[in-house]
Amino acid sequence: MRKIFWIIWKDLAIELRSREVTGAMVLFALMVLVIFAFSFLRPGEKLPPEMIPGVIWVTVAFAGMLGLNHAFLPEKQNDTLTGLILAPVSKSAIYLGKVGTHFLFLLLVEIIALPLFFIFFNIQMQGSVLYLVPVLFFGTAGFSGLGVFLSALSVHTKSNELLLPVILFPLLIPLLLGGVKATGIVFNASWADPVWVGAYWSWLRLMAVFDIIFFTLSLVLIDYVLEV
Amino acid sequence: MEKEGAKSKTFGILGALTFLMMLVNLYLIFIWVPEEKILGLVQKIFYFHVGTAWVAFFAFFVVFIYSILYLKTKDSKWDRIASASAEIGTVFTTIVLITGPIWAKSSWNTWWTWEPRLTTSLILWFIYLAYILVRGFATEYQKKAQLSAVFGIIGFIDVPIVFFSVRWWSISHPTLFSGSGMNLDPEMLFTLLVSVASFTLLYFYFLGKLVSIFHVRAELAEIKRRLKEHLG
Repeated sequence: MRKIFWIIWKDLAIELRSREVTGAMVLFALMVLVIFAFSFLRPGEKLPPEMIPGVIWVTVAFAGMLGLNHAFLPEKQNDTLTGLILAPVSKSAIYLGKVGTHFLFLLLVEIIALPLFFIFFNIQMQGSVLYLVPVLFFGTAGFSGLGVFLSALSVHTKSNELLLPVILFPLLIPLLLGGVKATGIVFNASWADPVWVGAYWSWLRLMAVFDIIFFTLSLVLIDYVLEV
Repeated sequence: MEKEGAKSKTFGILGALTFLMMLVNLYLIFIWVPEEKILGLVQKIFYFHVGTAWVAFFAFFVVFIYSILYLKTKDSKWDRIASASAEIGTVFTTIVLITGPIWAKSSWNTWWTWEPRLTTSLILWFIYLAYILVRGFATEYQKKAQLSAVFGIIGFIDVPIVFFSVRWWSISHPTLFSGSGMNLDPEMLFTLLVSVASFTLLYFYFLGKLVSIFHVRAELAEIKRRLKEHLG
């Protein structure tokens, strides 16, 4: 457990000094929001409510994608990947450490981009913001979990930053679908109606199940992926 | 040298059997089975559609099983079977995605609807292509086999989750059409079963061929390597 924190700490320390990844991710997320504003809004009008979840999740997925390329690639470019793999920590600890870092980065992006999203698009919510928190949590955790795993898988291939999105997004579809639907319920559905509340919980459960399945699989299979 | 796939006698029998079954299958579909009352002639594409769809999903199951076997044993024989099955599966999934809309246009009057089975087939196709890309992007053979095996496993496990999530999605947005309410004639059911069986045979025939091609390719690479060593 301590070892996982050391790996997270190592990556956070690098990030604190350079601020490369998070800076790029946050800026990119804001630009995606602006592009959405140009494509879907007419000045003075509100964003059609059914588009809200799509805007949020596409932004999160794009920004997250940007960060994923940086999970293992710098280690390879700096020739530290072999050292990391040979270090006296289990490969699952390396994996979980990298997931932790990416999760924190993406969370930071969400914390900055979401309030701006409310301001830019003039949004009013039906449900409480508190209901949005678990959706974002499971969505981000699943994205980081599967994303970092496939990033480790693609780091040994040529032009891996091309490969990663193509192999990641088809697998992510259930998670993104769950995220979009649950977010839509939080924003637009009436919370007095038990049918919608039930639907919210079942989408959330789907996301949790997705996370559990792929975290388990990743921990089982990571030994085959991270080899010298 | 071990005889893998295409050279053996049983494989020849399999080829002949596939050929015969396909002929019978075509006869049943185009001449024997009665036409559907409402849809007419177009409905016959259904036998090809279901047969190929079954093979597409079955092939991915084979990828899954042999990927696990490869990771357990590191025997390249299993990797050849898994990757051959993935390539055949891609072809069959493509056929499903082409025949599906043709049938949908005539029976549902739309080329595409986000119905669970359709959507799952599409995602399956993406995952297959991703699998092939992983193999294409990996540099050395060992990595290629290992990484694609890992991807074959998680890809296969993803498919049912995709199916269920899309089904929930279509419940919350009720679909206009349901494909499940179709009642099949005994004759139609028989034709369908024969069709599924002959496509399965065809799949195994292709698999044997492809595996032996891969085998020859691996041997050729080995000979080239030895030759280089010898010359260098």
